[in-house]
Amino acid sequence: MSGTILVLVEHRDGVVADATFELLGRARTLASAASVEVEAVLLGSGVDDLVGQLGAADRVVLIDDPALAEFTPSGYHSALVPVVRDRAPLLVLAANTGVGMDVAAGLSMATGLALAAYAIDVTVAGGSPLVTCQLYAGKINARVRFADGRGIVTLVVGTAPAEPGNVAGSPPIERIGVAASDGRIRFRRFIRPEAGDVDITRESILVSVGRGIGERENLELVEELATVLGGVVSSSRPIADAGWLPRTRQVGKSGQRVKPRLYLALGISGAPEHLEGMRGADLIIAVNTDPRAPIYGVANYGAVADVIDVVPALTKQLRG
Amino acid sequence: MGRELPMMKVDRVIELEHAVVDGVDISGHWNRMFTDRSIEEYPTEAMDWVTGLAGGESLRSCYQCGKCVPVCPVNHVGSYGPRKLHVKVLRGNNLLDDPDLWLCTTCGNCLRVCPKEVNPLEFMPAIREQAVLEGNVPAELAKVFENLQRQGNPHGHSPRKRADWVADAGVPVPLIAEIGRPVDVLWYVSDYTSYHPRGQDAARAMARILTALGIDFAILGNEERSDADSARLAGETGLFEMLAEQNIKTFRKYEFERLVVMDPHAFNAFKNVYPRHGWEGEVLHYTQFLAPLIDRIEFKSSVDVDVTYHDPCYLGRNNGEFDAPRRLLEAIPGVRLAEMPHNKKNGYCCGGGGGGMWLDGFVADHVSERLSERRVREAVETVAMDGTGVLSVACPYEPSRFEDAVKSTGNDGRLIVRDIVELIDQAMQPATS
Amino acid sequence: MELIVLLKAVPDLTEELEIDAAGTGLATEWLTWVASEWDEYAVEEALQLKESFGATVTCLALDTGSVDELLATCLARGADRVLKVGSFERPPDSHTAARAFAAALGGLSYDLVLTGVQAIDDVDGQVGPLLGAALDLPHVSVVTHIALATDGKSATVNQEYAGGIVGEFEVDLPAILGVQTSREVPRYAPVSRVRQLLKTAEIGHLDAPADGGSGLIVEAMEVPKADHQAEMIGGNADAIAARLVEILRERGLTSGSAR
Repeated sequence: MSGTILVLVEHRDGVVADATFELLGRARTLASAASVEVEAVLLGSGVDDLVGQLGAADRVVLIDDPALAEFTPSGYHSALVPVVRDRAPLLVLAANTGVGMDVAAGLSMATGLALAAYAIDVTVAGGSPLVTCQLYAGKINARVRFADGRGIVTLVVGTAPAEPGNVAGSPPIERIGVAASDGRIRFRRFIRPEAGDVDITRESILVSVGRGIGERENLELVEELATVLGGVVSSSRPIADAGWLPRTRQVGKSGQRVKPRLYLALGISGAPEHLEGMRGADLIIAVNTDPRAPIYGVANYGAVADVIDVVPALTKQLRG
Repeated sequence: MGRELPMMKVDRVIELEHAVVDGVDISGHWNRMFTDRSIEEYPTEAMDWVTGLAGGESLRSCYQCGKCVPVCPVNHVGSYGPRKLHVKVLRGNNLLDDPDLWLCTTCGNCLRVCPKEVNPLEFMPAIREQAVLEGNVPAELAKVFENLQRQGNPHGHSPRKRADWVADAGVPVPLIAEIGRPVDVLWYVSDYTSYHPRGQDAARAMARILTALGIDFAILGNEERSDADSARLAGETGLFEMLAEQNIKTFRKYEFERLVVMDPHAFNAFKNVYPRHGWEGEVLHYTQFLAPLIDRIEFKSSVDVDVTYHDPCYLGRNNGEFDAPRRLLEAIPGVRLAEMPHNKKNGYCCGGGGGGMWLDGFVADHVSERLSERRVREAVETVAMDGTGVLSVACPYEPSRFEDAVKSTGNDGRLIVRDIVELIDQAMQPATS
Repeated sequence: MELIVLLKAVPDLTEELEIDAAGTGLATEWLTWVASEWDEYAVEEALQLKESFGATVTCLALDTGSVDELLATCLARGADRVLKVGSFERPPDSHTAARAFAAALGGLSYDLVLTGVQAIDDVDGQVGPLLGAALDLPHVSVVTHIALATDGKSATVNQEYAGGIVGEFEVDLPAILGVQTSREVPRYAPVSRVRQLLKTAEIGHLDAPADGGSGLIVEAMEVPKADHQAEMIGGNADAIAARLVEILRERGLTSGSAR
């Protein structure tokens, strides 16, 4: 088979994102199956020292330009289009993150390469890529192929391990200049969440609440339980959107990814965006009134019950 | 939840139809006013605007006598009251941005005592409709309106699951579409009875009772749509009309003698409002339907409990049915029926009517406690001081409201909530131990 | 300032989704269609911008034969004008949708185009960035905040990343934004108003191509089997709590100070 597998590298503050290592790990497996090479595409300004984190790739295609000092959709798009056109890859892999969503579809339209989005798996079968896409809020999986046998894939974060792709090394570097620059979108600054609240990624026990908690006053019950367990309260997106808990407590695709020893999912249905943030926890226990909630697909233990019944009962019994 | 609330001390609630004090007859009567009242100090635009709305007319009649003040349940837990609402409008306040617009449960207790028949069951939906037309609706309530629009029920569940409860009823429950002939009773199951787990308990019990009585009945199944009466009282007239059109079209497809309804709110809609929309028929609340037949039920065990009955506002006070439910309860072997101080015409609202069922979060910011919690404490005082007691209900809004309140008032295990049909059904089973 | 919002109808997830006989698509018999949730956020943001900066809001939806109510709802919420685009037997893939919208936009004037950041059926990517590339307009996705410059020539937007981090960008107009969430909950559209508008409103129509395709071949669609299922605990709240305490104790998680 001809072509390469291009992997879009995401990085911030001098660190390559775990999502990229997940892609590199997948790319390595695909590359062996298809007998092609893996090229990590790294855009930035003064980012040579990131190359050492990309040992899983056969080559690093480096586009270094002041205009790319921070990610902008237009900057990345105009830099990547010629790269993808010239290299005629078998696959272009990007993570389904804000960056990936900005870049992948635009590349598809501009280069004519088909795009399969929300992928949870990619394999090479019968000589061409086969992608499993997760659609309809996780209710349906679609297995798709590219009509041309080549295409772009955006992968859901957390559906592959990061370790196999997280290899230090010194891959050869191919430097490419920016063909054209598009300054219509200008990065201004990052806005980071306020410090001072807990860092849920460092907690061993998370007692997490979703819409099933009912009213805001019921959070008191959950705080009590968290205190008795020596853990901290976290939440799904709707709770943070409603302002009931700070954004720093949000677990999920646009919140934090956590790997605690215990993740208690209370009244959380388990939408894919949430699962992305917590499926790696050691022990997951889910309480929800909906017996068909997707959360039970990742939990170790589950109970179909009302959270406001179980939580006080649990607190009471833990107190002994 | 850690709040310590005193037990309800309601010694005696006395109401007199005629009261003479020191030789002066102070009974309220609609024509106690002998002259027109004129208001000259305040601008009249706000009041004119309300009374210009169809249904808003009666607000102007209030003369601030205050008889509504002690009987409005929301007034017991907050600073809202119909008399105060009138003053606000008199003074030119715009109700459309006022939270007070959403606190009235349309329980009707103020109307009952009002010498001037000022009627919130008419002016509340009229004013609220204007707020709804502006899109100015508390988000909690808007979500329910959307569910009603899309799925024909307030919960947002699929209409195709409306009859799923039938599977565990233990008896066949015919669908009128399949039965292919006229039936005696079209049993309108209603939203909470169809979808809520505690409502489904009552649905199954009712199915067994109807079967034991040999009634020729059928249900609409997935063709049934919400009565939306509470949405109407919350101001979504268009939504009510849309669902009424759908239900009436469905009713007209079939032939049935009587419409028997679990939900007093649906009862109110079908009996009192649907005629304006082109459908009329014999409509019975399930207690009215079963009461004349109760002697035919074969009871096999005794339900040995102290029971008190909560009059639902839309069956009792607003539609005049107090006796049928009590006849049913008194016929159940072992039931010892006691009345709460607020009973029959003076029954105490649970807070669920007029859209209140879907405004608990919003209302919580304006009241000191929920009406359902006060009612539960009154029930505990009445039947649960010496042991476990039963609060019996005849409205599908109640089990979830009162069971939540039992927990939040710390009465778990002291007071059980049961629909009357559940008690009848239980007594129809042989004793288990 | 002229704002355009692009909407599409997607299956209502309240219903169970079933696969068709061919095994490659959804069975449509029992599907009900609703506006894509993120497109509703885009409409709300457009109306908020209209209220704060002054603008006209035009809503476009691909004509799949059942979008009148969706568009009447936009009008009921406060949009100035609504248009149906093209003619489609079933909702098209995102590439086809983007090309159709691109053609429709060719005949309209606008400063800013808003659309939902994604939709639940976006197997071939999101309409916003596809449209951006088709029209060569700047595009930003996952937008959680929009402010227009007073000269109307640019906008400041926030793009949301994982971990609660937000990137602030300045974008030259005209541009396309993929809206993740609106600053307020989408406003309620009263039923009587929607019904009235369905009868009286003028819904224009713009021609657009229905061809193109995504370049993807769907081999199969299926309801995912849970490769794992939680061990379920039954009983009442106390029984559940008791079992949970047991499980936690076994794992050494009940000391109350696990760190």
